[in-house]
Amino acid sequence: MSAVTAPSRPPRGAGVMPDTPGWARWANDHRKWLFAAPAMAFVAALIIFPLAWTVYLSLTDSSGSVRAESEFIGLRNYLDVLSDTARFWPAVGRTAAFTGVALLVEVVLGMAIALLLWRPFRGERWVRVAILLPLVATPVAVGMMWRLIFDPNIGMANQVLGWVGIGPQPWLAGQHTALPTTIFIDIWQWTPMVVLILLAGLTSLSDEPQEAAMIDGASAWQRFRHVTLPLLMPTVIVAVLLRGIDALKTFDILYATKGRGGGSFHEVETLNVYAYGLSFDYNEYGLSSTVLILFFLIIIGLMWVLTARRKKEEAAR
Amino acid sequence: MGRRSIIGTSLAVVAAMTLSACGGGADSGSSDTVRVTLVNHVWTENIRKALPEFERETGLKVEVTQLGEDQLSDQYNVKLNAGSSDIDVMMYRPLQEGRLFAKNKYLADLTEQANGSGDFDLADFQAAPLSATTYEDKVVGIPIITEQQVLYYRKDLLEKSGFSAPPQTLDELKAQAAKIQADNPGVAGFVSRTGKAAAVTQFSSFLYSFGGDFVDGSGKAAVNSDAAKQAYAYYGGLLRENGPANISTDMSWSEAMAIFTQGQAAFYTEANSLYKNATDPAKSKVSDTVGFAPFPAGPAGSKPYNIPSWGLAVNDASKNQSNAWKFIEWAAGKTQTLEQQKAGVPGARTSVWENPEGIATYPKDMADAITVSLANGVGHDRPLVERVAQAREIVGQPIVDAITGKDAAASAETANQGFQKFLDDEAR
Repeated sequence: MSAVTAPSRPPRGAGVMPDTPGWARWANDHRKWLFAAPAMAFVAALIIFPLAWTVYLSLTDSSGSVRAESEFIGLRNYLDVLSDTARFWPAVGRTAAFTGVALLVEVVLGMAIALLLWRPFRGERWVRVAILLPLVATPVAVGMMWRLIFDPNIGMANQVLGWVGIGPQPWLAGQHTALPTTIFIDIWQWTPMVVLILLAGLTSLSDEPQEAAMIDGASAWQRFRHVTLPLLMPTVIVAVLLRGIDALKTFDILYATKGRGGGSFHEVETLNVYAYGLSFDYNEYGLSSTVLILFFLIIIGLMWVLTARRKKEEAAR
Repeated sequence: MGRRSIIGTSLAVVAAMTLSACGGGADSGSSDTVRVTLVNHVWTENIRKALPEFERETGLKVEVTQLGEDQLSDQYNVKLNAGSSDIDVMMYRPLQEGRLFAKNKYLADLTEQANGSGDFDLADFQAAPLSATTYEDKVVGIPIITEQQVLYYRKDLLEKSGFSAPPQTLDELKAQAAKIQADNPGVAGFVSRTGKAAAVTQFSSFLYSFGGDFVDGSGKAAVNSDAAKQAYAYYGGLLRENGPANISTDMSWSEAMAIFTQGQAAFYTEANSLYKNATDPAKSKVSDTVGFAPFPAGPAGSKPYNIPSWGLAVNDASKNQSNAWKFIEWAAGKTQTLEQQKAGVPGARTSVWENPEGIATYPKDMADAITVSLANGVGHDRPLVERVAQAREIVGQPIVDAITGKDAAASAETANQGFQKFLDDEAR
């Protein structure tokens, strides 16, 4: 990279016809800024400004209406939120549990399915289409569908359990079964995405290492553990990163199945649902912004850990 | 020079983008198009059918945005917060959002227009609903729909279990529900809302009928009174013992109504304004066996709520306020209110209740039940505060605790502390 040096800046107006008007000369001289300006303005207007505004709101006691007068209260919201053991910390716990369990199952299951689909077989195309169906369904429709299936009285899930002699379960209605049930729905919907990513990674692997291992007499498991998996690791990390961030931010499934506040006992209230409730139900814009900023920091932190790990692995290779 | 012009260019682009984004919404001065935001409701269906008449009479055009209750709330939160002028008339819940909106100055002062219009006759409105749309002596909204709580019941199931009349008291309700449940496996004796916030309004009639209220005469939290503790234990106990099996604690009216109209419950306490859901054969399997009765009496008598559930207001940021008022004058006027009343939407005008035509279309037992509610009704069904959503969650906690079998009295004590703190916060 360093061998290539940028050409030294041409003198002003160089290469421009003598009768070019002044503004065009100016535009020509500043073209790199001019061309980047729309993108910069876009980023400023739609990312930096809202983020900065949220940070500002989190330092005020804004509530009721954002246009109402609010006082600058420094870090008090942060202290309040971080010492809130009734709603904030349980929500952090639920967010972690939801993401952790869903992600783990999705990656393991996704890997298994991707390995099954890796080698060509009859009817492969149909199976692939069928597996991708949950992915293309809209999450709210998915939420409504599972809500009906899991209805404790008229739902199909309990009927099926009845056939095999198991008593009815409360599913989404239960105080302790609601979160696991929503995790199940998330797994059902998003495993296909992991399959898709891993399958793309698998098909791009070359066959030689596999063949070499086979000649050396490695078993199928050994080939997977010591050949396929290490080669596939960068793809796995990408899948974990994409799905992990998405799972952390899950809102639609939780909202469609349990409604505002994540249920009467806040059974499925994750950070995202909590922040939504703070701003749309309680009109506590200051507190809501604080939760969102903390949530944002958590996501950035996790992303940083994962990418750092990936870089380390790449460097080690 | 270089850096400054870059910043200048960027700013110009941002400004251009912002301006073009706003361009759609901001029109200077009044327009012939009135933009009205309404909720999904029988009232809205009826008014939409009548709209061409209004457009013909006034030469105005009405643009309706129709949303579900939650989406409507979110929409107002975003648009009114931003001071958007692209809503002229808004349908809102005076008891839920009224105080907050009025305090935030989202609602235009309609006092002058309302008093100035002879045909409109502001004095015709019932006092309680009108007081709910009045803020600091200013009329900021016009009540259009009122609701009273009544008892929905299944005539066939009562008859089968040998009951000749619906329950007169809460004790009888409990006894009849238990008997019917025992006689009909798979059918619950009773159903009603169970969601922490959703149940509060329907629970309120139980609370009043036991002799309690959310707040006492001196403005202190009162959900730990003996009456309140009994009401929580009764409501939760009835659902726990005689409610549907595996009861969810997330039910709002649509879920509870579904259980009732699918024939899976004998009794259901709910707002009368939703009765068409139970009597319409297309929506209900029990349309020909459903009956209505006044809210059963508790130790303090039968004291159901009688409240203005929806009102119309003008967005204070609207640039089209005089035409917006014309719409309200028509939609909440005497003629339309009577039409609505005849179509099954209880109105807030005295004249429509006094007019025999006004209740002629109601089922006879429903009309009788409403008469009782109007006589003894309490004018609120939730705490009268600014931040209603939070208050409902606090006073609703003992309901879900009672349903799930926890100690209702202890939960009421905890809720009362929380509610008092909330009231103190709000008073500051």
